[in-house]
Amino acid sequence: MLWIKNGIVIDPKNGIEGEKMDIFVKEGKIVEESEVNKEECKVIDASNKLVVAGGVEMHSHIAGSKINTGRSMRPEEMRVVRNVAGKFRAVVGRVLLTAPGIGYEYAKMGYTTAVEAASPPIGSPHTHEELDAIPILDKAALPVFGNWHFVFKFVSEKDQEKLQAFIAWAIERTKGYGVKIVNPGGVEKWMYGSNVRTLDDEVPIYGVTPREIITEVVKANEALNLPHCVHIHCNNLGVPGNYETTIETMKLVSGMKNENRPVLHVTHVQFNAYAGSSWRDVSSGAEEIAKYVNKTDNITIDMGQPIFGHATAMTGDAPFQFTLHRLTGARWSNKDTEIEGGAGIVPLVYLPKNPVHALQWAIGLELGLLIDSDKVVISTDWPNGGPFTEYPYIMAMLMSKRMREKELERVSPYVQKASSLPAIDTEKTLYEVIKMSRSLPAKILGMENKGHLGVGADADIAIYDINPNEVDPSVEYELINKAFRKPAYTIKGGEIVVKDGELVAETWGRTFWVDATKKVSMEAIESDLDEYFQNYYSVERINFGVDERWVKKPARLEVK
Amino acid sequence: MENVVCTFCGSVCDDGVFENGDIRRLCALGKSKFSKKERIKAPMIDGKEVSYEEAIEKAAEILVEAKRPLLYGWASTVNEAIRLGVLIAEKVGGIYDQCASVCHAPGTLALIEEGVPGGTLGSVKNRADVVIFWGANPVEAHPRHPTRYSVMAKGLLIKDRKDRKVVVIDVRETKTAKLADIFVQIKPGYDYAIISALRAIVKGEKIEADEVGGVPVEKLYELAELMMNAKYGVIFYGLGVTQSRGRDRNVENAIKLVQQLNRKTRWIIWPMRGHYNVVGAGEVPAWEAGYQYAIDFSRGYPRFSPAEFTAVEALVRRDCDAALIVASDPAAHFPRKAVEHLKKIPVIQIDPHPNLTTLLSNVVIPSAIAGLEAEGSVYRMDGIVLRVKKLVETEYWSDVQILEKMYEVVVKRVG
Repeated sequence: MLWIKNGIVIDPKNGIEGEKMDIFVKEGKIVEESEVNKEECKVIDASNKLVVAGGVEMHSHIAGSKINTGRSMRPEEMRVVRNVAGKFRAVVGRVLLTAPGIGYEYAKMGYTTAVEAASPPIGSPHTHEELDAIPILDKAALPVFGNWHFVFKFVSEKDQEKLQAFIAWAIERTKGYGVKIVNPGGVEKWMYGSNVRTLDDEVPIYGVTPREIITEVVKANEALNLPHCVHIHCNNLGVPGNYETTIETMKLVSGMKNENRPVLHVTHVQFNAYAGSSWRDVSSGAEEIAKYVNKTDNITIDMGQPIFGHATAMTGDAPFQFTLHRLTGARWSNKDTEIEGGAGIVPLVYLPKNPVHALQWAIGLELGLLIDSDKVVISTDWPNGGPFTEYPYIMAMLMSKRMREKELERVSPYVQKASSLPAIDTEKTLYEVIKMSRSLPAKILGMENKGHLGVGADADIAIYDINPNEVDPSVEYELINKAFRKPAYTIKGGEIVVKDGELVAETWGRTFWVDATKKVSMEAIESDLDEYFQNYYSVERINFGVDERWVKKPARLEVK
Repeated sequence: MENVVCTFCGSVCDDGVFENGDIRRLCALGKSKFSKKERIKAPMIDGKEVSYEEAIEKAAEILVEAKRPLLYGWASTVNEAIRLGVLIAEKVGGIYDQCASVCHAPGTLALIEEGVPGGTLGSVKNRADVVIFWGANPVEAHPRHPTRYSVMAKGLLIKDRKDRKVVVIDVRETKTAKLADIFVQIKPGYDYAIISALRAIVKGEKIEADEVGGVPVEKLYELAELMMNAKYGVIFYGLGVTQSRGRDRNVENAIKLVQQLNRKTRWIIWPMRGHYNVVGAGEVPAWEAGYQYAIDFSRGYPRFSPAEFTAVEALVRRDCDAALIVASDPAAHFPRKAVEHLKKIPVIQIDPHPNLTTLLSNVVIPSAIAGLEAEGSVYRMDGIVLRVKKLVETEYWSDVQILEKMYEVVVKRVG
């Protein structure tokens, strides 16, 4: 039992904005004062400190074949020693990290939940093995659907019933949490050496278009009422002029509504927010996107903020990764995956003086600043945009124009003419960045007990050495940047895991997965599954996927 | 039981049928894995039979007291056991190395230089209209590979064997060469030169020689033409490429060729991995410690150096003072000098069957056979994970059980 005393609480979900309060924890949950025996409580003095929910990472590449190939391909990334073996595991990694390092570093920043944002379905056992090797955090994984032949088939046949049954089957089999789409149709076209360029390009054999795939999959996701909305990596990622495709994609869900969450989450939008016709005249399309997102009420995005320095691009967008390899001349790994999709991995460095990199950096911030705080989530799309350990930098930048002005001095002047960042006066409040890193991602994911400190929430709590009532983030940005890197406490499921920025305990979180199989009739797709497994898969149907007992600490969420 | 997963070669076929102690549908190599063979009868310390607990206690003592123990093998056990091996290596400040260091590790070095443009075996089955086996002989080493995935396999775009051209490039006419449409016999040690010539042709340059590596230039032009005209091609390379002159540079060059080909059409390249879980023996340490093999923990954190921390090199340099050998038989396969050092240091072996390494081991711990008597996850040669099953009951402890207990004792001793 814990008694967190006299903290200054910011809890956007419950409308608490810097109130002095006590928080009580029992059996891993936040409870009413009356539920605990104060004499038995461990007391944490949080006087003059900021008390918030543990951070929720909704888009990061924390587990599976992509990140592991990245590690194998980049031993130079592993030469930074973060922890020597002793009470805790040895940890190495500069931007890429070993699995224990991922758990430790998120916790050391006050984050307690993280979602792997793209898991190849046939590779889901690997994804779960790696998730199980990550300490402390609660986790989940999103299987990719946008290039899966079953999806093409059921979309081309306009058979919603089968599509829904298939999605429920696939999420159960992969122990996944929701529906991810990556460059729908484009990765299949990559198998023929090309890519899709518009929402109306046709996918070989099936004749379906990205427009149809997205629309039908969103409809199915809504009909199933899955906790998380469709999570999309748009077509044309990394292509100048692509902001138009992004807005066109967003328009596909206009008129659709869900009371509890958005119906579409568009991810790492920075990579999809370019205006111009080539890398010579590329400029920011962030304002247009922001205008559109702000006027709708069913779409959210995350930033995909680049951080200057090393990164590793790794996505299920295989054709884009090949383009990046050609563009940079860097190493390139590719993985075509049966009839499901593909992936690619390319090392990358963001240089402040490089005009394009500086512009990408500016666009990420523009999105974070121009979009309403209840529609944009902080992310670097780790390790694509750079290290997640720089979230405190992003938070400080969003809150301080002065800090941005200082940073703008060191980046390519191209930013001045190609983006509106220098002219943006917006300064997000502490309340807003807490929302963007806690309550909002939890809401989008449909994780009711995450991202807030109300009674019944999981006791995932971060305490920072900042007094929200005294600090002025606009001026004291360095203090903000420093304090968010070193929580006074990180509490995961009621246990203190970090104290004064140092790891003090290693715990094991749960892996959330969603079971919607009771909402559909599996019989509808039996013969299709048999047909595809017999003819096109390289494994037997019964050997595909993950059984719950193979997962270390599974947490099943049944969709009613 | 149907859909049994085979634990012999890197193909990890998952359609075996096990009934009344008999396995059907698998190849002769796979069947041998399930047939009755001589077993190590009981745990032993210096030839004397002891209990599992005693043997494990002794093994942990050896590992903890050693300055730098070598923990080697791992290619023929499950991921869960491999993970424990990495954890023990970290705890005792030892070296983790695995079988790839004497077979496919040059491919890992090439991956570090150039990446690997690859795909799953299902991609090949469904799409590949040109398949090249380079220094690989699946008919003898991965007998069902040609039928299930590559040569005769039918799929989405490949409806018939006629839809696919198969090329074998090797120094001798192997059994696989007999399945091929085109066999290119090359002089031993000339892989690099031939790959370079193909790269040049694909790039549009002219070869100013009559032959390269024993292959007439016209034949290389024909081959390059075939590659450029493929809709979806694959190069499967074997030990003929990684263990001949050039080693990792051969693979690196072949990857560059594939990069070049992707500017025109689609190609992938993939190694033909040997043991059923040699891929896992690299994947698991990669996520736990950052590297695939040749990992030294003596400083408390992982360091990777193939010229120093691979098993053969560490043994030859007498740089390790104890060894834990799991699911492997280095005494039968390592150079004499390495085995001589192995004979001088305390050796612990965990394996289901007696072998040459058993003879020089101080502690021998028999284990259950994964895929027959124990379950767990393994990586097929293309990185696809399959769950091997437990089909029969046994008195033997599984590798996971043994290593879990060993880890527990090590943690207690190290503190």
